[in-house]
Amino acid sequence: MSATAAPVLAPPPAAGARRGRRRSTLLRDPVAVAAGLFILGLVAVAVLAPWIAPYSPSAGSILSGNEGISSAHWLGTDSFGRDLLSRLIFGARLSLLGPALIIAISTLVGATLAIAAAWIGGWPDQVVSRVADILFAFPGLIFAMIAVSMFGAGLIAPVIALSISYTPYLMRVVRAAAIQQRALPYVSACYVEGLPAWKICLRHLLPNVAPILLVQATLSFGYALVDLAAISYLGLGVQPPAAEWGLMVSEGQSSILAGHPQESLAAGVMIILTVVAFNLLGDRLASRQGMELA
Amino acid sequence: MTLGLVGNRLVSFAVTLFVASVVIYGALYLAPGDPATLLAGGHATPSVIASIARQEHLNQPFVVRYWDWLAGVLHGNLGESFLYKQPVASLIGGRVLNTVFLVVYASILIIVGGVALGLLAALRRRTGVVITVGTSIGLATPSFVAAIILITIFAVNLKWFPVFGAGTGFAGRLSHLTLPAIALALSWLAYTAQLTRAAVHEELGKEHVETAHSRGIKQRRVVSRHVVRNAMIPITTVSGLTVAGLIAGDVVVEQAFGINGLGSFLVQSALDKDFASVQAVALILVTAFVVINVIVDLWSLVLDPRLRARAA
Repeated sequence: MSATAAPVLAPPPAAGARRGRRRSTLLRDPVAVAAGLFILGLVAVAVLAPWIAPYSPSAGSILSGNEGISSAHWLGTDSFGRDLLSRLIFGARLSLLGPALIIAISTLVGATLAIAAAWIGGWPDQVVSRVADILFAFPGLIFAMIAVSMFGAGLIAPVIALSISYTPYLMRVVRAAAIQQRALPYVSACYVEGLPAWKICLRHLLPNVAPILLVQATLSFGYALVDLAAISYLGLGVQPPAAEWGLMVSEGQSSILAGHPQESLAAGVMIILTVVAFNLLGDRLASRQGMELA
Repeated sequence: MTLGLVGNRLVSFAVTLFVASVVIYGALYLAPGDPATLLAGGHATPSVIASIARQEHLNQPFVVRYWDWLAGVLHGNLGESFLYKQPVASLIGGRVLNTVFLVVYASILIIVGGVALGLLAALRRRTGVVITVGTSIGLATPSFVAAIILITIFAVNLKWFPVFGAGTGFAGRLSHLTLPAIALALSWLAYTAQLTRAAVHEELGKEHVETAHSRGIKQRRVVSRHVVRNAMIPITTVSGLTVAGLIAGDVVVEQAFGINGLGSFLVQSALDKDFASVQAVALILVTAFVVINVIVDLWSLVLDPRLRARAA
């Protein structure tokens, strides 16, 4: 599933004012709570990695390579004898940081452009929409590969490339919602009061499109994580000996034939669980909003 | 009316491809360092770089260079890889078939498997729950993780399928590319299944279906004649778009299974910084992606007269 897969949300019929009620029902939804807690737990693990990991992610001896599960190494060791659990824990840092950067950049750029386009209308709006249409023609992974061949492998080139290719997805959703909001009476009321346009957009329009933005960002996070992990898996992202889940899947692949699949599988399972959590949370947030996945 | 609509789509298709080609070619000039060094790919001596600049007429303005390149591409000349000292076209010639085989194989799995699972999930409530949970996990499984799991189970432990390579001939390819096709198809198959389930569910609750039931038409016939037919419209559109998405996923899967195709060539070229090859393959893949999208777009107009009316 790549950038191109990010489902696009239809805006809700009316973004509501019933914020208080919405929040409480979300907390009563066990699936949403479980997914949210899982994500919070992961973030905590990533932040606290040096204190909770039993070993250093880089320490180990080849002599103790590919050990099975034991009380010393809960998940065993990789082919270099490094503790797998510790590498998974430290791996959460880069594995979450990359997609977080992508979503932060594409949300900021996408929302700004979308609201500005919706507000101004006319030809600037046309231009922005056209550019977005053309960006849709580039699958994110291929865009990232062009970037890597220009700037070299690492975290930065793929993150920038994927940020660009995720921007139109966020933009499309926000633009549709912002156009709808713009037509509502409260916007004209602000206008009549003499508020400057940027203030109306920032203080009044943005909070009303924020829930939709949040849903799309949450769903996109999972896809960004998959895309970035795929790039690391291909060897185009962060380089060894860094601990990152996509890279771990690829490093463990040579041990599979020797009958030691634990490294690849452990990292793969972490990726799947994280993406499931983001997808479930996004779906639940969307259904709270009365949005339909289109 | 419809002709105008088709023409409209074709114009936007041409514009998209044109801009895409400018971006792909222009990347050469956006990269740090000068284009000749980039084309030379890493460890070239200044005299080699100078000769490349001469051979590729890099001293000429960008528009002239771009136009020459585009004219070459349209004549089947995809440029020259200075790393391998060969035309890119001859480097990728033998690889295209493997990629096409893999993508078509995965598409068939997605469309047949996704629709079947989705129908089953919508019509049988108890299996429906199992399928919904399964597709949620499938949807979140990246192709390379699926590849690892499939290799571990079916290639290493059960030894049903070969681990690496693409095989030769139809039968060889079929057995070599089965696991890759499943890995590539998995998340899209899950997506198609979920979509099918939702579409069928929605149709089942509609008035015309209730009417058909009350007229005493048998369930099987109601489903095949009244439900599936309407549900097919969104399903076809989306599964068509997933086929376009396979083009990006293919890159990862080829690398995971060591298949000698376009995707693994793109990855290798990106790692080698063999820019001419990256340009050529990226252009081919983006073109394929856009072409499939346009076909799906036009096909959905054929399927659904309402869309035609709205778009016109």
